[in-house]
Amino acid sequence: MRRISIAKRVTKELLRDKRTLALMFLAPILVLFLMKLVFSVNSSTDVDLATVNVNTSLVNTLDKVSHISTKQYQSNQKAQQALDDKKVDAVINYRNSDFYVTYANTDASKTNLTKAALKSSIIVNTTKQLQTTLQKIQAQVPNAPENRVHQSKIHNKYRYGDADTSFFDKIVPILMGFFVFFFVFLISGMALLNERTSGTLNRLLATPVKRSDIVFGYMLSYGGLAIIQTLIIVLFTVWALNVEVVGNIFYVILINFILALVALAFGILMSTFAKSEFQMMQFIPLVIVPQVFFSGIIPLDTMANGVKVISYILPLKYAGDALTGIVMSGDGLVKILPSIGILLIFLVVLTMLNIIGLKKYRKV
Amino acid sequence: MYNTVISLNRIIKKFGKQTVLNNINFQIPQGRIIGLIGPSGAGKSTIIKIILGMEIPDSGQTTVFNQQMPNRLLLGKIGYMAQSDALYEQLTGRENLQFYADMKAIKGRAANQQIQHVTQVVELTTALDKRVSGYSGGMKRRLSLAIALLGFNQILILDEPTVGVDPALRRKIWTELQNLRNQGKTILVTTHVMDEAELTDDVALLLGGQIIAYNDPASLKQAYQVDSIEDVFLKAEAQQNEKNLYR
Repeated sequence: MRRISIAKRVTKELLRDKRTLALMFLAPILVLFLMKLVFSVNSSTDVDLATVNVNTSLVNTLDKVSHISTKQYQSNQKAQQALDDKKVDAVINYRNSDFYVTYANTDASKTNLTKAALKSSIIVNTTKQLQTTLQKIQAQVPNAPENRVHQSKIHNKYRYGDADTSFFDKIVPILMGFFVFFFVFLISGMALLNERTSGTLNRLLATPVKRSDIVFGYMLSYGGLAIIQTLIIVLFTVWALNVEVVGNIFYVILINFILALVALAFGILMSTFAKSEFQMMQFIPLVIVPQVFFSGIIPLDTMANGVKVISYILPLKYAGDALTGIVMSGDGLVKILPSIGILLIFLVVLTMLNIIGLKKYRKV
Repeated sequence: MYNTVISLNRIIKKFGKQTVLNNINFQIPQGRIIGLIGPSGAGKSTIIKIILGMEIPDSGQTTVFNQQMPNRLLLGKIGYMAQSDALYEQLTGRENLQFYADMKAIKGRAANQQIQHVTQVVELTTALDKRVSGYSGGMKRRLSLAIALLGFNQILILDEPTVGVDPALRRKIWTELQNLRNQGKTILVTTHVMDEAELTDDVALLLGGQIIAYNDPASLKQAYQVDSIEDVFLKAEAQQNEKNLYR
């Protein structure tokens, strides 16, 4: 079988290229580890507030809000100076029974935290005042029913993960798919480009080999590689990074395997349009980066409808949907079947284009 | 006298506006070594690509063993060596040979025997299990030739086979080519080395997109009244330029 010989040869070449191999297997682990460090520190944005003229009970309430600390200033001018000197993140000035807040607004999350904290503190304070007033009235009215306010507690229950689940956990399933796609796309594209430029492709096509044998040979080889890569990534995220996978890990591997084949076919196709390795690199901003934007790392619901349409032509979106479903909600085969179907359509179309594309080198 | 194995009839090939081959008629008989010579850019490699079915001419007909090219299965009977070495550098010499043996569907023991034989011919036996990335330029050329010799080829098409090969080995390679010819195989060789052209049975001179002379070396020398193929080449080129001048 020629395609098995081709697969064997491609695998052998890859295994002997230690650096590329390390890139495929170690780079995703390193990046995942770094992202875990960057994103999982449950980002405590600490905000310093300057208050001017604000009554003490409100300041105390504000102070109790976590990650907020306050400092009272004598005049608005001094407070504004502190804002200029970056000592505080916002100035709350109480004037004519209204609040005037000036934000540094260099960090949107700090601004939002301040807004929320101020609002809730005002409500809490007003409620307290109402309560005290109420108690005073009750004391004056004889025989009034004892009115004890029951403070409701909040009980949290998490369907996925726990209280420490962060943004990192949300993007992990998509990242797995992304790494598989990115590295298989790049490395297979380079490999085939190398065959084109070194003349081995021409020579290979001067033998009775079928054009489809070449494409399928590459698929066998890179498919196997993708399985190993996925296993390493999945095991690392589950055991070392403690990411919970609700669904079946086998499905995760299945999706990544299909995605790898799509990436391979895509890489081979794109290499047709590149004359050098540098030109192959130029496809990264054109092909890879848009997929990241629309893969679900940035929530698609927040996008305008016109923009959202773009995501439907990008394979990584479907893989991302399926992987998120499996990892976070435990989706079974039935639920991920539509995504698999669309990925398979991508695969078949791209593979056919590749087989036809090789006609450029041999007419039969 | 001979069976024609490769036949190009009224071949015209253009790349863009440039006509590379202009009405080529070229018949190659069985059991001969044919030298195809011409200045660089004359279209030698294009002729080879058309014979192999990698390019399709704009008009005209190509047949190999009386079958129309392009034809994938016929490629099993043709050994091809390109101008570039086209080797898998990460693999050893043996792995390269084994891979192409697989592609040519040579099985098991036959493959081993053939690999052994062709490496002896090109004197690569000692370096066979080293990686190609460590080979010298000459060694790569020899391995490339060895790959072309693999298989049950009736036809060998060699594009500049002896570039970068030292004289002793070059002579040995030619002896092997002549052996193969004596076994009835047909060999088409392009070359820049004019004294190599003397070793061929017939020389085809490709100039201005046409084959302007095609005969055995002795007759050619006589026709142009010179002593070497090199002079034939130079004289033919000068005549061609003159013709262009008066056109």
